[in-house]
Amino acid sequence: MNQPNDPGKRGWPLWEVFIRARRGLSHQHVGSLHAPDAAMALRNARDVYTRRGEGVSIWVVPSAAIVANSPDEKDSFFDPAQDKVYRHPTFYDVPEGAKQL
Amino acid sequence: MYGNYDSGTAGAQSAPQAQQAPQDQDQYQDADAQQRFDQLIAADQRIEPRDWMPDAYRKTLIRQIAQHAHSEIIGMQPEGNWITRAPSLRRKAILIAKVQDEAGHGLYLYSAAETLGIDREELLDRLHDGRQKYSSIFNYPTLNWADVGAIGWLVDGAAIMNQVPLCRCSYGPYARAMVRICKEESFHQRQGFDILHTLSHGTKSQKAMAQDAVNRYWWPSLMMFGPPDEESSHSAQSTAWGIKRFSNDELRQRFVDMTVPQAEVLGLTLPDSDLRWNAERGHYDFGVIDWDEFARVIRGDGPCNAERLRRRRQAHDDGAWVREAAQAYAEKRRPVEAKAS
Repeated sequence: MNQPNDPGKRGWPLWEVFIRARRGLSHQHVGSLHAPDAAMALRNARDVYTRRGEGVSIWVVPSAAIVANSPDEKDSFFDPAQDKVYRHPTFYDVPEGAKQL
Repeated sequence: MYGNYDSGTAGAQSAPQAQQAPQDQDQYQDADAQQRFDQLIAADQRIEPRDWMPDAYRKTLIRQIAQHAHSEIIGMQPEGNWITRAPSLRRKAILIAKVQDEAGHGLYLYSAAETLGIDREELLDRLHDGRQKYSSIFNYPTLNWADVGAIGWLVDGAAIMNQVPLCRCSYGPYARAMVRICKEESFHQRQGFDILHTLSHGTKSQKAMAQDAVNRYWWPSLMMFGPPDEESSHSAQSTAWGIKRFSNDELRQRFVDMTVPQAEVLGLTLPDSDLRWNAERGHYDFGVIDWDEFARVIRGDGPCNAERLRRRRQAHDDGAWVREAAQAYAEKRRPVEAKAS
């Protein structure tokens, strides 16, 4: 099984790559790659993921450093947001004649 | 981010350890998970790496994505063969960019395969010892410069036809990799067409060279869509899982319909005396494919099977010292960087 950053593993550690496509946009996850260290991960990310000017900034993050919620608890984890429709503006009836509301 | 349902894996995928189910609940959980999986597939939603998935789904994807990745990196060889002999600096630069893209496509796909919980080194081992295959088209030789054009136009054209539906494949990481790949393949197909168009509008012998390349690559390109539907062993299940969207024969027919008019623009003929428009069907009819040849090449008796694998293993072995040096440098730098930060 896949064990990123496990020193017993034959290959290099796995890194997640995030790219800012243009100024004004946030970084987005584009994929992953293997590299022995952060500097090589950045260079490899440039060659693999920005051959056509897809980005102006790259982040690389060791995959092992990412903490995620479990997909098995998806429903209960996001439950608190499910029953609060009043958080959306469409919940409210706006009387006729009320403008710019 | 990555990983799978199997317990005991390290790294990002197992971060929420506390949520692991006790052993005696596994069976109940599996039935539950299977139902959730089926619902996602039925709703045409994507399956993501950490979702539960049936073992057979995982295995099918690993086999398909790995074979696809292997095809990309083996595909570098027939084209790389002409980099040093490209007819101009411009064409050489373009061909280098194309071969580099193939390496990139291999990397996108190996990354996607790894999200299924398999190690990249293991995938390369399976390629190197013949346990996993690559597309049989790359076992044909590139005998002259026009072959580079024929590969771009026909082989990449067929690949695009196969790959565009995969952008909607049910497995998220594979679909996302295919979106990137398809964008880049369009350049490949056009550069191939451009090479053939230039040759076919050149001297008589240049045109003959282009025709010869098309003659040799036409039938193997049609074989790229795989065996006829009635003999395609994995198709039904892959379709049910939303991995496959169209049948082999459907895609093959689309490719023929798209390519015939392009051949007319090139001023080249396709080597099939049975090829003609069928107004009733609204499609081109075409001749019988030599499936014995297809089976032979897959079995390992194509013109270049041994050469391709030998070259791949050699490149991997020759690169070993680079990988080791990079690893040694990283280890040497680690204490320095830790102190600096």
